[in-house]
Amino acid sequence: METRALHALIRFGLGRRGAEPLPAAPQDWLARQLDGPDPDIVMPALSTPEAATTRNGLLALRAQRAQRAAKDPAPQANPVQDLFRATANAAFDTLLTTTTPFRERLAWFWLNHFTVSTRAGQVSALAGAYLREAIRPHVTGRFADMLKAVMQHPALIAYLDNAGSTGPDSPAGKRQNRGLNENLARECLELHTITQAAGYTQTDVTSFATLLTGWSIDLDSDTPGFRFRPATHQPGPKTLLGQRFPEGQQGGLEALDVLATHPATYRNLATKLARHFIADTPPPAAIAAIETTLTRTNGDLKAASLTLIGIDAAWIPLTKLRTPFDYVIAVLRTLDLPPANRPPAINAILGGLGQSLHNAPFPIGWPDTAPDWSAPEAMLRRIDWAYTVASRAKSLDPAATADLALGPLLPPATRAQIVQAGSQRDAITLLLASPEFQRR
Amino acid sequence: MHRIPHLPIGRRTALLGLTATITLGRTALALASPLTEQRLVVVLLRGALDGLAAVQPYGEPGLADLRAPLTLPEPGHDGGLLDLGGFHGLHPALAGLHSLYRANELAIIHAAAGPYRSRSHFDAQDYLESGTDHRMTSGWLNRAAALLPARPGGAETALSVGTSVGLILRGPAPVGTWLPQGFAQPDPALYRALAALHAPDAITGPALKTGLAERGFTEAVLNGADPPRDKYSFPALALAAGKLLAAAQGPRIAALEIGGWDTHAAQRARLQGTLTTLDRGLLALKEGLAAAWSRTAILVMTEFGRTVRANGTNGTDHGTGSIALLAGGAIQGGRILGTWPGLAPAQLLDNRDLAPTTDLRSLAKTLLASHLKIPAKHLPAIFPASTDTPPMPGLLRP
Repeated sequence: METRALHALIRFGLGRRGAEPLPAAPQDWLARQLDGPDPDIVMPALSTPEAATTRNGLLALRAQRAQRAAKDPAPQANPVQDLFRATANAAFDTLLTTTTPFRERLAWFWLNHFTVSTRAGQVSALAGAYLREAIRPHVTGRFADMLKAVMQHPALIAYLDNAGSTGPDSPAGKRQNRGLNENLARECLELHTITQAAGYTQTDVTSFATLLTGWSIDLDSDTPGFRFRPATHQPGPKTLLGQRFPEGQQGGLEALDVLATHPATYRNLATKLARHFIADTPPPAAIAAIETTLTRTNGDLKAASLTLIGIDAAWIPLTKLRTPFDYVIAVLRTLDLPPANRPPAINAILGGLGQSLHNAPFPIGWPDTAPDWSAPEAMLRRIDWAYTVASRAKSLDPAATADLALGPLLPPATRAQIVQAGSQRDAITLLLASPEFQRR
Repeated sequence: MHRIPHLPIGRRTALLGLTATITLGRTALALASPLTEQRLVVVLLRGALDGLAAVQPYGEPGLADLRAPLTLPEPGHDGGLLDLGGFHGLHPALAGLHSLYRANELAIIHAAAGPYRSRSHFDAQDYLESGTDHRMTSGWLNRAAALLPARPGGAETALSVGTSVGLILRGPAPVGTWLPQGFAQPDPALYRALAALHAPDAITGPALKTGLAERGFTEAVLNGADPPRDKYSFPALALAAGKLLAAAQGPRIAALEIGGWDTHAAQRARLQGTLTTLDRGLLALKEGLAAAWSRTAILVMTEFGRTVRANGTNGTDHGTGSIALLAGGAIQGGRILGTWPGLAPAQLLDNRDLAPTTDLRSLAKTLLASHLKIPAKHLPAIFPASTDTPPMPGLLRP
C-alpha cells in the first residue's frame, strides 16, 4: 500500500492530526509549505502583553528586577513566568494545529541548532520572541541572515553571556577594568557554523570575541532590545581565520557572513539536516546533495529543504526514533482532543519525559539520535504517559485511530493487539506506545 | 557476612514475574564473586567546574591579581575557606565534603584533566566518557561493567540515574536506568504485551526488557519510602542511588550527573548554589549507601577547568586543569594529591589555564583495577591509547 502520503506527515511533519486529509502529491505538498512567510509571524495580537516579542520579554525582566529590588516577600505575579507560560501555550497551539507542519518542524530544527535554554535565567522571558523574530523569518531564507539575526538577538546574547563582554582597550574596558567573555564566540564557531573540523585556534576564538564586543542588550531604554555599544567595543581591526575585519559592528557582521558561507559550515548544516530527516547515520550521498545545494545557492535554506525532500533515502519510513518532544506532539495530534480536554500542562509532560521546552542542557541543543532517547526508563515513561493520556480519549475508536495515524505503516501484529485489547484505554495505549508510533 | 535486607514485594513486582528476583537474592548473593561487593560511583560535573574556586589555592601569592572577583577570604575569616592543610582551602559551600576530608574519606586531586586540550565542552565530555583521545560509541564505565560477572536475578551491574544514559555508560553491557515515578502506570499485562511487540526492535526492544526488570528491582528496594517534594533534585536522586547500590542484589556501578558549572558570568553567586547541591548530594549518597559506604569509591570529575584569570564579566572561560574528587570508605582520603603546577604566568598552560598534571584516567584505572579488581590486562581495551597513563598508586585504603 502507498505509504508516501502518511510518511510525509510523520517524517517531515509532526504526525497526522486526527483525520486530516492526506496529500495527493506528498512532495509537492511539502514544497508548497515553504512558499510565502511563516504563518506564525503574520498572526495578529502582537500588541498584547503576553505576545512573544523581545520588547515584552525585556519589560518582564525589568519588572522582575524591580520586584527583586523591592524585596517583596510574596510578589503577586511573576511576569517572566507568566510570559513563558503564555508563549509556551501559544507554541503548543501552533504545533498541534498547524497545516504547514514541515515548515514548523524546520523552525524547531533551526531553533535547536541555535539553542537557547531556560537554564540561563533571562532566557525564559525571551525564548518565544527568539523563535518568532530570529528563526521563523529565515527558515526559508539565507542561512547568513538567520545567523546574523540570532547573533543580534537578546536571547542568544543573554544565554551565551555576551552582553557584558568588553574590549579590554575600549573606553569602558579601560575605565572599569572589564574584559572579554568568549562564550558566544566559541559556541558560534564550534556549534553554529564551521565546527572544529575547520581547524580554528584559541587565537581565532579570542579574536572573534573581540569582534563581538559591544553586541549587547539594552534593558532600560524606551526601546529595549539589541544594542551595539561602541563604548565597550574593542578598537581596531581584527583577524579571524586569516581575514581582516574592520572595527565596529560592521566588522562582526562581515565576519558572520564569512562564517555563514564557509564550506565547513555547509558541511555541518547538511550533516545535521540529513541526520534529522533521514537517519541517525545518514548516507554520505544525502549529505553531499544538501551540501552541494547550500554551496550553489550561497546558503539558501529553502533550496536545501527542497533538495532534502527529493532525496530517496528520506522517504524510507520510520528510521528515526521520535524525541520526547516529537512523541508528545504526535500523540496529541493523533488524539486531536478538543482544547478543553487537552492535558493542561504539556510542558510538564515534556519534562517528565526528559525534554522540557527551551531547556536543553547545553548550547549544543537536544541530541538527535536514538541512543540519546532510548534509555530503559525513558521508554517505560513513554508507555506510562501514553496510558495516562489515553484516559482523555474515551470517545476514540482504537482501530480507526490506529488506521488514521499509521495506516499501512501499522504491521498486522500490532493492529491485532490493538483490536484485541482488554479495554479501550489499553487499546489506545498499545497504539501510542507501539514500536511504530515511537518512530517517524 | 553481609546483611541481606528484607525486601517487601509489591503487587507490581509480583505481577511482573519478578518475585524470583527477590527470593533468589540469598542464593545469588552466596554465588556472587566477592569482587562485586565493591561499589563504584562516577559523578560527572557537566559544564566544566572551576577547580580553583572549589579548591582555592589561597597560599598562592599571585592569586588575587589573577582573579580578585572570584577569590574568597582565607580560612578563619568571615565567609572564608575551609582549610585543607595550609595552602588550599575548600569552598565554604562544601562543608559536608570538608567533614569527609577530615575523616580521611575524601581525597582531592588538583590540576586534573581528561585526555583532551581544545576547550570544547562537547568534545571534552565525549572523550572523557570514551576514556580516550577520540570519540567512541561506548563509554569506559560500560566496558568495565561488561567485565564484571552478571548476577542472574539481580539488577544490572550498572545503573544510570536519569531518563537518559550518558556516553560513559553506553556500550555492550546492559544498563539500568532509574528515576522517581512520574505518570500513571498501566497493568503489568500491558507492559508485557508492549515488550513483546517491541522485542524485534533493536533499539526499543532491549530498552523495555531491561527497564521492566529494573523497575521490579528498584520498586522492591525503594518501596514504602515517600519520594521527597524535590524528588528530581540531585540530593534526592543520590540518596536513592545509594540505597539501590547498597541492596544485596543491587547494581555495583552507578553514574550520576549534575550541571550548572559553566560560569562565564557572575560566577561567585552561581557556584554557591551548585556547590551546595553537590555537597548535599554526596552526603545523601553516603546516607543511602549506609554500611556499603565502606566498600564504596566515588569519582567526581568534570570535562575541563576554567581560565585562571577572571574574564571580563566576573566569570571564567573554558580552560584545562580542574579538580577531581575521590570519596568513600574505600578511599585513602584526607589528602590533596597530584602535582601542584603553580600559577605564575610561565606555569600556566598557554598563559591561561591551570596546567594539568594528572590525567583523570589514571584515577579511573586505579579504581577499576584495585577497587573493582578488574584484571590489569583489560585496561588497554577500556582506555585505548593510554599506555603512558599508568594507574595512580595509593588512592585506596590498604
